[in-house]
Amino acid sequence: MNGARRVAYVNARLVDPASGLDAMGGLLTEDDRIADFGPGLFGIGLLPDGPPADAPADAEVVDCRGHILAPGLVDMRARIGEPGEEHKETIASASLAAAAGGVTALACRPDTNPPIDSEPGLEFIARKARHVKRVKIFPYGCVTRGAAGKDITEMGLLAEAGAVAFTDGNRAVADSLVMYRALSYATTHGLLVVQHPEEPRLADGGVMNAGEIATRLGLPGIPRQAEVMMIERDLRLVELTGARYHVAHVSTADSVDVIRAAKARGLSVTCDTAPPYFALTEVDVGDYRTFAKLHPPLRGEMDRRAIVAGLADGTIDVIASDHDPQDQDVKRLPFAQAEPGVVGLETLLVLSLELYHKGHLDLLDLLARLTCRPADLLGLPLGRLEVGGPADLLLFDPDAPGRIDVNAFVSKSKNSPFDGRPVMGRVLRTVVDGRTVFPFGAG
Amino acid sequence: MIGTAALPANRFGHRHLLGIEGLSAGEIALLLDTADGYVEQNRQPDKKVDALRGRTVINLFFEASTRTRTSFELAAKRLGADAINMSVSTSSIRKGETVIDTAMTLNAMHPDVLVVRHPDAGAVSLLSQKVEGAVINAGDGSHEHPTQALLDALTIRRRVGLLEGLIVVICGDILHSRVARSNIHLLNIMGARVRVAAPPTLLPAAVDRLGVEVFTDLRRALADADIVMMLRLQRERMHGSFVPSTREYFHFFGLDQDKLRLAKPNALIMHPGPMNRGVEIDSEVADDIYRSVILDQVEMGVAVRMACLDLLTRRDNRQ
Repeated sequence: MNGARRVAYVNARLVDPASGLDAMGGLLTEDDRIADFGPGLFGIGLLPDGPPADAPADAEVVDCRGHILAPGLVDMRARIGEPGEEHKETIASASLAAAAGGVTALACRPDTNPPIDSEPGLEFIARKARHVKRVKIFPYGCVTRGAAGKDITEMGLLAEAGAVAFTDGNRAVADSLVMYRALSYATTHGLLVVQHPEEPRLADGGVMNAGEIATRLGLPGIPRQAEVMMIERDLRLVELTGARYHVAHVSTADSVDVIRAAKARGLSVTCDTAPPYFALTEVDVGDYRTFAKLHPPLRGEMDRRAIVAGLADGTIDVIASDHDPQDQDVKRLPFAQAEPGVVGLETLLVLSLELYHKGHLDLLDLLARLTCRPADLLGLPLGRLEVGGPADLLLFDPDAPGRIDVNAFVSKSKNSPFDGRPVMGRVLRTVVDGRTVFPFGAG
Repeated sequence: MIGTAALPANRFGHRHLLGIEGLSAGEIALLLDTADGYVEQNRQPDKKVDALRGRTVINLFFEASTRTRTSFELAAKRLGADAINMSVSTSSIRKGETVIDTAMTLNAMHPDVLVVRHPDAGAVSLLSQKVEGAVINAGDGSHEHPTQALLDALTIRRRVGLLEGLIVVICGDILHSRVARSNIHLLNIMGARVRVAAPPTLLPAAVDRLGVEVFTDLRRALADADIVMMLRLQRERMHGSFVPSTREYFHFFGLDQDKLRLAKPNALIMHPGPMNRGVEIDSEVADDIYRSVILDQVEMGVAVRMACLDLLTRRDNRQ
């Protein structure tokens, strides 16, 4: 039909968390759009003898063999190395890692060097991403100029130029007056402000969670209260301004409690966490393992359980990869000197699936935190199966056994504390705008 | 780490001495027994043996030290080893050479023992993973200083006869102290009762989980104490950051005759040195020849370090 490129995905278990669909069926893409999908489309049944008769004759046929075809993952926060740290990651390598992890769209942190606090910065990211053309990359803009925490950026103009939301990345907007003005100003344009929740003075000098393990290791600790007190302060400012406020990488039980209560009061607050915070604890620091150094730090077992409970009851809206590539040079150091950060794009899905396999969340609910929820928060028309919507798809087998192997990572950096961890789940195919971007070379 | 079960009684079961945590009571006793022998030898006119003849010991100090470095140097020389001191200033670290680079460079010269002090916790352990010889931790950040705890234990054992059942008060900057951590581990392993006394600003989080009784009142901590260990308080922590003033600190946490009266009449006074007289300890107490064993500690330091060097090299000597 007039040269459109059509792909028929047959024998798929269609799972769309936005609509609650979970049924065997098929899906047809036409160029970069979903043209049709539904239970029973193209017939059901495995194909010993080729495609079913009712698949369009001119379509390429992908036999999904009963595996799950879902919207591609939308990763709410990743660091992609550019500009400034191209030796750790580039937009090209981060895009490969995202594709390998089933992530079809990601939002990148603006606390780069230089920080993304102006239109040229946003255009730089957009141009590079267009050139790489693998997954969709959406930049955050800084809340404050230079992410220095003093003067607010041209948030309105930056939003028009493509900033999906505003954050100073892993630097908290610490000054109450600056945060108040930022939240207040953000309401002019209905913008989302994302906070790194840590009171920096209380955390000053700390390198891991304060407690018995830090004390034994002789490492300066960060009290877990540093997180919740920043959130509590901000919630007062949200009450005052009515702004849309989102807490990044929640890691403590108290934070979950406070956010749960704020939601019950009707405040416009949302939050996310990242796999290390529900899959690991401070015990994993072990004998000064710098790969287990992250920011915020890994917490105790009670906190980890509270994060799982917060995900299960919906207090925590989103799971982000928190992808933070660091090279050997900044990790092979004494713990206090090492950079924090864990690569996460390639392990986001398999680690999140642990929550499903352990029975904490059902599959639709889990996938919602990885697809339509983050897309909605960022105002992106992504993360759902919709006729006429973008053909960003993820085909995966949730039960395939495997083991995380950092040497197989395509990210430029291999800093993962999960190396060797047995997992269940495998990304089989990642599709962006109708093109297969993973497995590599298949599109 | 190698298990100790199959080793003869005079063999130390570890390649390195990185900390007290993880050692057994038997291993500590072996170190102390071996050191006992060297105490006598160090009092002879001829102090030298050839247990480490032909061996090379490098003292690698990333942090300034006179006392500990001298003690290790003497220990190595009295055992007949070639001892070399290397001080790595923090400026060359800033030039980009990492702990691992330094370790690999020195390893290429085949030292038998590296004695390492570093301002960062865990740095000595990191370095030990990259060298073939034995590594002795001479202090890593606020983590451990195992030979200090061993020399303290030897001092107590020679004076009192045993460690088990003693009430030991450790007072002062527990938060930043590697000496405190190593002593807490050692004394617990050997069956002593450990109390720590400090204002909460100088106590690490969850310190009670290390097996100590926590006091914020030194006077109460001193009741029935057999041993009082005073820790050094760094000057930069005295003026409003961790404690309000030297004057206030001494008033509540400085050891003087008045407070000492609350301890057992024959209680011993210890200090790892160098002392801040009038800050954590009164001169009258520090110089009390009947009760202060501060100079004994210095003497025991050489013997303990000889024992550590001996046992760590003896291990591969006989393989």
